[in-house]
Amino acid sequence: MSGELTVRHLARHAPDWPEQLDHLDLPPPALWAAGPRLPAWPAVAVVGARDATVGGLEIARRLGGDLAAAGIPVISGMALGIDAAAHRGALDAGGHTVAVLGCGIDVCYPSRHRDLRDRIAATGSVLTEEPPGTPPAGWRFPRRNRIIAALATAVVVVEAGQRSGALSTARHAADLGREIFAVPGSPLSDRSAGANELLRDGATPLLETADLAAVSALQPAVDAARTRFRLTSLSVATAYGGSRGHPGSGLTPELATVLRTVGHHAVHPDELAAALQLAPQPLAARLAELELAGLVRTVGGGLVTRSPARPGGRAVG
Amino acid sequence: MYATALSCALRGLAGIPVTVEADIAAGLPGFTIVGLTDRAIQEARERVKAAIRNGGFTFPARKLTVNLAPAEVPKEGTGYDLAIALAVLRSAGHEIALDGTALLGELSLDASLRPVNGVLPMARALRAQGVRRLVVPVENAGEAALVEDLDVVAAPSLAACVHHLDGSQPLPPAQATGRSPDATDGGLDLSAIRGQMHAKRALEIAAAGGHNMLMLGPPGSGKTMLARALASLMPDLQPEESLEVAAVWSLRGVLRERSAHSVRPPFRAPHHSISRSGLIGGGLGLALPGEISLATRGVLFLDELCEFPRALLEALRQPLEERTVTVGRSRGSVTYPAAFTLVAAANPCPCGYRGDSQRACTCAARELHSYRSRLSGPVRDRIDLSVAVPRQSYDVLFAGGMPEETSSAVRQRVAAARRAQARRNHDLVRRERGRRRRAATGLDAANGTGPAPVLNADLEGVTLLAACDPTAAASRVLSVAGERLHLSARAFHRVLRVARTIADLAGQERVDEAALGEALRLRGEAGR
Repeated sequence: MSGELTVRHLARHAPDWPEQLDHLDLPPPALWAAGPRLPAWPAVAVVGARDATVGGLEIARRLGGDLAAAGIPVISGMALGIDAAAHRGALDAGGHTVAVLGCGIDVCYPSRHRDLRDRIAATGSVLTEEPPGTPPAGWRFPRRNRIIAALATAVVVVEAGQRSGALSTARHAADLGREIFAVPGSPLSDRSAGANELLRDGATPLLETADLAAVSALQPAVDAARTRFRLTSLSVATAYGGSRGHPGSGLTPELATVLRTVGHHAVHPDELAAALQLAPQPLAARLAELELAGLVRTVGGGLVTRSPARPGGRAVG
Repeated sequence: MYATALSCALRGLAGIPVTVEADIAAGLPGFTIVGLTDRAIQEARERVKAAIRNGGFTFPARKLTVNLAPAEVPKEGTGYDLAIALAVLRSAGHEIALDGTALLGELSLDASLRPVNGVLPMARALRAQGVRRLVVPVENAGEAALVEDLDVVAAPSLAACVHHLDGSQPLPPAQATGRSPDATDGGLDLSAIRGQMHAKRALEIAAAGGHNMLMLGPPGSGKTMLARALASLMPDLQPEESLEVAAVWSLRGVLRERSAHSVRPPFRAPHHSISRSGLIGGGLGLALPGEISLATRGVLFLDELCEFPRALLEALRQPLEERTVTVGRSRGSVTYPAAFTLVAAANPCPCGYRGDSQRACTCAARELHSYRSRLSGPVRDRIDLSVAVPRQSYDVLFAGGMPEETSSAVRQRVAAARRAQARRNHDLVRRERGRRRRAATGLDAANGTGPAPVLNADLEGVTLLAACDPTAAASRVLSVAGERLHLSARAFHRVLRVARTIADLAGQERVDEAALGEALRLRGEAGR
């Protein structure tokens, strides 16, 4: 298990110790690290809900990819959902990504992320302050979050519910004076409630990767790679089912009407039927057509939501 | 002296006529009963002795042996008391002409007759074996009289029975009470449910095609009411089906909860703490029918599907596929009908509020994952329809507005769709069976009770495709769906079956793309 990982013990004040960590009130006394590249400065942390929506995962994946394209390391916690999507986005684009764990370095949590951990350790690094063999525990994750916050120049919260751990990362980041971004969501969506509250409290809205240029340390890298970004304001809007992109162009008027009524927030067909004044049968037939066209998808056993769109064309389901 | 009387044993729903032989011989006074009996029959000695004395007769003070033949059939229960008493009286010299009359009933010590379970299936079996007259306790007369061509007499006591048989005081024939055409029997009228258009449409499809159905929704959204309404949408039972249901209920001893001649499909909703024998069938000795058999020809509602132990759900696989259930016990195995329509309900997540517009879900991702894996599995494969049932808002529930459609209106459409299915499916299945029988000789395809109407839910493979006969546009939709939605072969068949029923409801010969589209929407992928 850990046999393939080459683990280093990194004491504080060692030559390659990440100095950003000393900004913390209580820096970790030492780190265990696996992987060739330790975190560099500047870097961006991408965090969010484990139980994320398809739209949220798509945004995290693109953001990770764009940061890789700009040569900015992506820091996250290797958790299910947004964290993993951000890591994968960066890895797929050949970028530098760093996972900070809340357990021992030889413990893979969650266990189904073994392949992800191996990929990160092969090109970036996996870090933890916990000694080897430490099992994961709920109370260790907030501790881990302070390290993520300290390693990052800016923290992006993609999707977070009201009690999400991503909010604790944002709080630590605020205490350290790091820049905080949040991707806005619908007020109806419980999975964006935490991110929306951050925005109300003064976080900067992130609608596209280029928004990160507001942070002076990131500006040169972001501006240089700006044209290659896949998370543009247009594609966010369509991924979230907004009205700015027109993913349904070329549809019959009946289908376009139905598609306009479906938002990114999962709705029950009965609500659509009431809004559209349609009987269940014709509505079902039209939704099926939209689903086959990859424009909407079924979630939670029968609710419908928009599919995340690919940039520059019709969505793929 | 030797004498006999006729009674009946049950093996499942099948009855076996039992000849009660009594022999009086010289020797020390004694009373022995033989013939593979259980404890209740051994105790009959005391009941019969006391009842004969208290009924005004004399119990022979000689060596008395009673044999229940055929002796290799296991016999249970107290229903032989009356026949034993009559055999004893006749062997003691009473002139009682039985003349092929069968006798059922338990004796009390004061010689009155008490009701027993399973009279209806026994009466059916006796009639099938050529018996024309039957004496039963008063309480069981109604169900026994349902059997045609059988003269049933209700006897209040041993003495009344004897006086009827020797002709001194004949009793009048018992009457089956009239049919109650519009009793709902646990069903609930559809018009009592407000809103829920989507779920109601799914109920109509489930009732028309006999499809099993899964409802996902938060607590308090009305899943139980919808399940009850499904029973009210099903057409009346055929006389043979109604008898079958009454026979199972009689055997289980719960016929008092349902009128014996009800033609409405039954509705059963066992709680998830039910034992295996309670659900599937079982008990000591020979197995009694379980809830799944009580729900035959009707609706079996499993609320909180994920709370049922996995082993119980596994045990539903055979009944769901074969429409019957076979329960083995030490004294032999029995087969009961289990042709129920399954309605399962589950919360969308452990806390129940996922997808709810008013309360946030508090489940961790890991909990969700394990919960969803429980929703898949053996039972899920047999569920054709899946709908999300949202909580209804206050104004939908209490505001006036359009009156909701009643069950009887929907039932007419369901009946029309069932007629269309019967016409088409019967021929198709017979052709398919014929083909198969030629391939494998000696296979008895007609292995079922009564005329089994073939519903769309029972169509498989080649027959299913032939029945659907999709239009060109529908075929295109199918191939796109297979590719885009990653449908498994099973999921494909589920969609086709539902599409066939939707087309039947619309009165269409072939499955078109609209029917297929609606069926795709109702396929519901749990686990996403």
